[in-house]
Amino acid sequence: MKNGVATETAATGAILIEHEVGLHARPSVKLTKLAKTFASKIELGLSGNGPWIDAKSIVKVMAFRAAKGSTLHFRAHGGDAHEAVAALVELVRRGFDEGHGGG
Amino acid sequence: MGEVCLIGRPASPGLALSRLFVLTDSVRSTAARPAGDPAREAERLRGAIIEAIRELEEVSRQAQEDAREMLEFQIAMLGDEALAEAAFATIADGEGADVAWRAALDSQVEDYANAEDEYFRARSADLTDLRDRVLRVLSGEEQQSVPAGTVLVALDLPPSRFLGIEWRAGSAIALAGGSPTSHVALLARARGVPMVVGLGADLMAVKSGQEAMVDGERGILVVAPNETTRAAAQSREAEIEQRSAVARQYQHAPARLPSGEAVTVMINTAGPDELSLLDPAICDGIGLVRSEFLFHGPTLPDEEAQYRAYCRILEWAGSRPVTIRTLDAGGDKPVKGLTIDDEGNPFLGMRGIRLSLLKPDVFRVQLRALCRAATHGNLKVMLPMVATPRDLAEGRAHLDAVVSDLAARKVPHVVPPLGIMVEVPAAAIAIDRFDADFYSIGSNDLIQYVMAAARDIASLSDYADASDPAVLSLIARTVAHGKQTGREVSLCGDAASDPAIVPHLLGTGLRSLSVSASSVGLVKAAIAGALDR
Repeated sequence: MKNGVATETAATGAILIEHEVGLHARPSVKLTKLAKTFASKIELGLSGNGPWIDAKSIVKVMAFRAAKGSTLHFRAHGGDAHEAVAALVELVRRGFDEGHGGG
Repeated sequence: MGEVCLIGRPASPGLALSRLFVLTDSVRSTAARPAGDPAREAERLRGAIIEAIRELEEVSRQAQEDAREMLEFQIAMLGDEALAEAAFATIADGEGADVAWRAALDSQVEDYANAEDEYFRARSADLTDLRDRVLRVLSGEEQQSVPAGTVLVALDLPPSRFLGIEWRAGSAIALAGGSPTSHVALLARARGVPMVVGLGADLMAVKSGQEAMVDGERGILVVAPNETTRAAAQSREAEIEQRSAVARQYQHAPARLPSGEAVTVMINTAGPDELSLLDPAICDGIGLVRSEFLFHGPTLPDEEAQYRAYCRILEWAGSRPVTIRTLDAGGDKPVKGLTIDDEGNPFLGMRGIRLSLLKPDVFRVQLRALCRAATHGNLKVMLPMVATPRDLAEGRAHLDAVVSDLAARKVPHVVPPLGIMVEVPAAAIAIDRFDADFYSIGSNDLIQYVMAAARDIASLSDYADASDPAVLSLIARTVAHGKQTGREVSLCGDAASDPAIVPHLLGTGLRSLSVSASSVGLVKAAIAGALDR
């Protein structure tokens, strides 16, 4: 299926959620959709020490109930781990590409 | 056979005279089916989930922007293996697909329903909707196709189902359960489909094909209407059609009297969820936020949950003023663990500010959250059920205490103007004794107390007349005192949403109304005198 594990790398990143409402339905859909575009295993935590959940699972991300003002930590393992973490951090930084009034 | 009139609650205005169509696929059978072999059951569930996703994608293709977020969320949830993980585990243990799926989803629905944050609590309805859709596919029952232009009768109607139906003239919705603030009610108003909710279990005795009249403004369903009712409906239908065209025309413009004088028109809301589908440009702000929406969970909301909810409302309003009423529990609005059970006469009991003063710990949490949220917009706070100047003074003392504590801890905050609801006759009669920053007349309670007619007794509804001279004179008194002392006076009860009552209210000198979001256009038209012609 994949290209084996020869290029296995790990990456981490953290970003403060400034989006007005936190990880609500629409931001969660965007986050998990983006995560799924990468082959790496990607996990999400509210601290650098976990607990970690699968960032590709909308069910788990919604169960996280991350509010505005919490810091999201990402960690990834796999060939595109660096790109994945960079892209996800960037999505959160851009406020999930939502104008005001969303949610 | 004579006509039968069922009384419910108005959820979306408009009138329809057509044939009933009873939706039976929403009535889920609870009969357990014997489980087949585990591999076969797992296959059935997998197939049903895929079919449910396909249905939702089809609905989504035709959906408008305001519905797409919910559908995308539902599709993403169904497409995630984690949703059915627990169900597949019980199936492996020998359970049938439907029982396993229902149990797995029920536990997640409950998780959401128990969430501290009201936003997540509201998502439990989306999961219930998913649960039922997959259960219906599993039962092998075809989704009934609803004939266009009929009055849809059901126990309740999930939004995803609403979106899959073709609505046109003559279409309407009559629900045994449901709520006027539900997502589907918002959609019905946005699409102009008349809707009545809360018609009760008797509704399900009607038969498809029977003729019926739905009046979404009055909240009634008449089955087998007689000649008189039909004639009245037909002439009203034309009138309503014309009025809603006028309403659309006035909705976005600032409200003005025929003389050109400006009138403030704000909206009432029961929480941020229902605001998300509304355009703030239709109103001059929010005249009443009923903060009770935060208190429907299993535990009392903490400061953070309240703060976040208030912020969402203020963000929506932008620079427009937002008046949040502190908790108005008691009366007809019990809150578990807070209100007093078994009061002989709850409308005259421990409710509103009386309850807040009795439970200062709960009250101060709300005041703290409000003062912090006030940094995000133009917030005002008002106290319900104030009857004596002491109620106001004690309420203000709590606010002062909260403010000095926030200041001592260097927590960012703003002290909001503190107003009172004028709804107890004692306050209206002696309004000059109340040194509040503003007054907001709560006409529903004011009327029931002035007329001594409880508003939850249907046979007394004739007494609930906002145009009664006794009621109007108390409103006029309050308005005059506000003018004299430079304090803002508005009115936020149902009376303000009734175009027929609006001229009476304006006659008292009142120039600020807070109305239900669905009646903004009509109220503005009434103010302009455009409905008199």
